[in-house]
Amino acid sequence: MPKHVIVIGAGPAGLETSANLAKLGIAVTLVEKEESTGGHVKQWHALFPALLPGTEALDAIRKGMPENVRVQNKTTVTGIEAVNNYFTVSGHNGWQEKADAIVFATGFQLFDARRKEEYGYGIYENVITSADLEEMFATGKSLVNRHGNKPERIGFVHCVGSRDEKVNNLHCSKVCCITAVKQAIEVKQMLPEAEVFCFYMDLRMFGRHYEELYKEAQEKYNIQFIRGRLSESAEDQDGNIVLKVEDTLLGKPLRIKAGLLVLMVGMEPLAGTKSLADKLGLTKVPDGFIQPADEVLQSNFTELPGVFVAGACSGPKSVSDTLADARSAALAVAGFLKL
Amino acid sequence: MKLEGKRLIWQEYQKEIADDHYFYARSCIRQTFFPGAEAVFVKILKEELGKDIHDEKHHTSCTGIGYHSDVVPFDTTMTVVARQFALMTEAGYENYAASCVTSFGLYTEILDTWHHFPETEAKIREFLFKATGREFNKPKNLAHASDIVYKFRHQIAGKAKYKLVDKDTGEPLKVVEHIGCHYSKMFPHKGIGGAEYPYVLSGMIEAWGGEVIDYPERRHCCGFGFRQYLVQANRGFSLSCSKKKFDSMEPYEPDMIITNCPGCPMFLDRWQYALSEMEGKTYGKGKNGIPVFTYEEVAGLIMGYDPWEIGLQVHQVPAEPLLEKIGIPYDPDRKFKGKNGEDLGMPESPSYLKFYADK
Amino acid sequence: MEKKARQFGYTITRDRQIDYDANKHDISKIVAAAEPSLNLCISCGTCSATCSAALFTDFSLRHVILLLRRGETSGLAKEVAKCMLCGKCQLVCPRNVSTRNLIIQISKAVIPAQL
Ligand SMILES: Cc1cc2nc3c(=O)[nH]c(=O)nc-3n(C[C@H](O)[C@H](O)[C@H](O)COP(=O)(O)OP(=O)(O)OC[C@H]3O[C@@H](n4cnc5c(N)ncnc54)[C@H](O)[C@@H]3O)c2cc1C
Ligand code: SF4
Ligand code: SF4
Ligand code: SF4
Repeated sequence: MPKHVIVIGAGPAGLETSANLAKLGIAVTLVEKEESTGGHVKQWHALFPALLPGTEALDAIRKGMPENVRVQNKTTVTGIEAVNNYFTVSGHNGWQEKADAIVFATGFQLFDARRKEEYGYGIYENVITSADLEEMFATGKSLVNRHGNKPERIGFVHCVGSRDEKVNNLHCSKVCCITAVKQAIEVKQMLPEAEVFCFYMDLRMFGRHYEELYKEAQEKYNIQFIRGRLSESAEDQDGNIVLKVEDTLLGKPLRIKAGLLVLMVGMEPLAGTKSLADKLGLTKVPDGFIQPADEVLQSNFTELPGVFVAGACSGPKSVSDTLADARSAALAVAGFLKL
Repeated sequence: MKLEGKRLIWQEYQKEIADDHYFYARSCIRQTFFPGAEAVFVKILKEELGKDIHDEKHHTSCTGIGYHSDVVPFDTTMTVVARQFALMTEAGYENYAASCVTSFGLYTEILDTWHHFPETEAKIREFLFKATGREFNKPKNLAHASDIVYKFRHQIAGKAKYKLVDKDTGEPLKVVEHIGCHYSKMFPHKGIGGAEYPYVLSGMIEAWGGEVIDYPERRHCCGFGFRQYLVQANRGFSLSCSKKKFDSMEPYEPDMIITNCPGCPMFLDRWQYALSEMEGKTYGKGKNGIPVFTYEEVAGLIMGYDPWEIGLQVHQVPAEPLLEKIGIPYDPDRKFKGKNGEDLGMPESPSYLKFYADK
Repeated sequence: MEKKARQFGYTITRDRQIDYDANKHDISKIVAAAEPSLNLCISCGTCSATCSAALFTDFSLRHVILLLRRGETSGLAKEVAKCMLCGKCQLVCPRNVSTRNLIIQISKAVIPAQL
């Protein structure tokens, strides 16, 4: 009997894992809770660092998807059971199938910015998130504040919902520093007259060409980087957002207004992933992200034979990291199935 | 501003407030700062709402001021507070209502400390017993008095004679609400509406017809800060904190400020005098200043109580322009008369702020 | 007023906060136009660590750059006067900021304004 693998989640990780498994002759069912595949990248207008459009990236990933990948969409996986040497996976809608191995590719959820009450998201109209800004870029909406004016100053706040024990997220979301630099540049391209500020705790330009993009942001676009974390925002009579940060390198509190404030929301583990992991008896899910059997040597294995991870469900990743991780997951699964 | 956003947060920070039978602990400073406020609270609860409220004669200061000024050690403070709880227990009550925000914060802090460190509670029980022979139950319900007025704000509105509305234009008055830091900044879940967008006073203002102003320095402390005020040389710090708030709220042209703490109305009121004398600067229209009230005084005013009976003559910033705006009658000749009509004497007239003594 | 303050025994404390909106930014614009590498500084402090003047005074080029960019320019003339224009900072800057010319340009921009 041909081997059958169920991949949970059809973001970049699930798509890439499935395609590679299928190329190895394995029958794959790719289960996705939404109507269409693509995960979060569907929402990203352009990807850092080279501004590749998100839709183009997804088209490339989906292109040539082998026929032995069957997409089971509009199905949220809610149950998994390990029975002898196979797994039974079931969805919220009654869908159920058996598999010889399963791959978690459930990704992440965006931090709900309203939880940082003091930042005023959902209260002050001109406070938006990085995801909102991507949507504005994608729909071609012009960048105007609630009075219909072009903002003269735009602020980006790093680490919103990341590196913050007050919201129970100790981890760094990894992609938001470079996303802020990318978005700051895009904003500056749209509004060359505007002043753009990034408020950061540390700038983590970990990837290839990220530092270059950061330098370009300074050199070509005069984007200012202020080391200090937003403590609170308020609204003035004109709907501007009044920020309180410390300029930590000067050692002085700073008060500055912005016509538009963008919160760089982080990646959070999905509650659903944790509950599925619990059902299977995975014990290493310290913060809601699934921890691989060994973070250095066995990044796609879990502590349970036949259960694998790919992409951001094991921790924040960029798309390129995710794709590489997904390909390596496919090989790990194939090895397990002794193909 | 999207009010729905705030409403979502307000829903999250609601707390249980007892419905009746309160053991009331007054503040050690409010009776001199705003002498009518507590009496109005007791009167409204007893006479207007028909509640049972025990106005305890034997309680002392909670030592909050001494504690926050580093002159009273925490063990002593806890023992004094344990004695207040003993008085409550002896009087047969279990719902503690604190008049003072700092006391409320301190009680909350102590109950939380005892919750996490039962051995500390046991030690304090021992101290209290050795010192006074008293024992106590912890309150079943701890509320700040403003929580209670918040709870009954609609009933109060139902009985009110006046609204926070300009009698000529019918427009709602623009009201700044200022919350004492210790109300919810230390324990956000113990305050109505939490710490970032407290609702306790906003809820009253809405219910009584006014419009709340959200200005940039809304969350800033009034500047009391205990040792910052108590040491004369440090007072500039307190003063400057209040100034920051006034400068920030000024463009919104507020009609009044409402507070729920002993210190805040004192400082927001008196510092307007100090600032005007130092800089010649007055806030509010026509050198009138921005009048500052406790929520009890405002409740009393809308109920139609006499402004001088509820103590408004001791305010530094005159209340008269606001009374006129709402249409509340007052007798200017009685402003500085005692309860039997005797002359109380008149304060010195400020150099800049308007003074309505001899109008 | 001063008499009054004495009478009260305390005065209004000046705000330490940098008020970016109230500050003027013309000097930083003039300097950035004359020496665009100003914008590249990442506040690493390599310049101030190696600076001879910084070892004997509280001068720091890193600090001067930040003050300039925040519009806190009132004390800058006095600050840059501490520099000996030796050029050591330029050797070490990882972002290739033209530090020596930057100091010259700051002096040019602030001295007329402050003398
Ligand atoms: C604001 C922001 C901007 C970003 N911009 C970039 C960028 O410019 N360049 C870049 O490289 N990276 C960027 N990223 C990172 C990028 O989004 C991730 O690398 C990528 O989405 C990870 O893919 P994934 O498949 O692991 O997870 P996801 O994209 O989250 O996909 C997971 C999929 O699983 C599905 N799913 C989850 N649970 C279940 C379940 N129980 N049953 C069925 N289906 C389920 C979800 O519906 C989803 O479709 C950005 C991230 C953020 C937060
Ligand atoms: S990548 Fe940057 S913005 Fe995102 S959490 Fe890490 S340090 Fe913060
Ligand atoms: S040029 Fe000036 S700032 Fe640079 S190292 Fe020499 S003295 Fe210091
Ligand atoms: S060495 Fe260069 S980058 Fe570093 S602080 Fe000095 S000028 Fe800035």
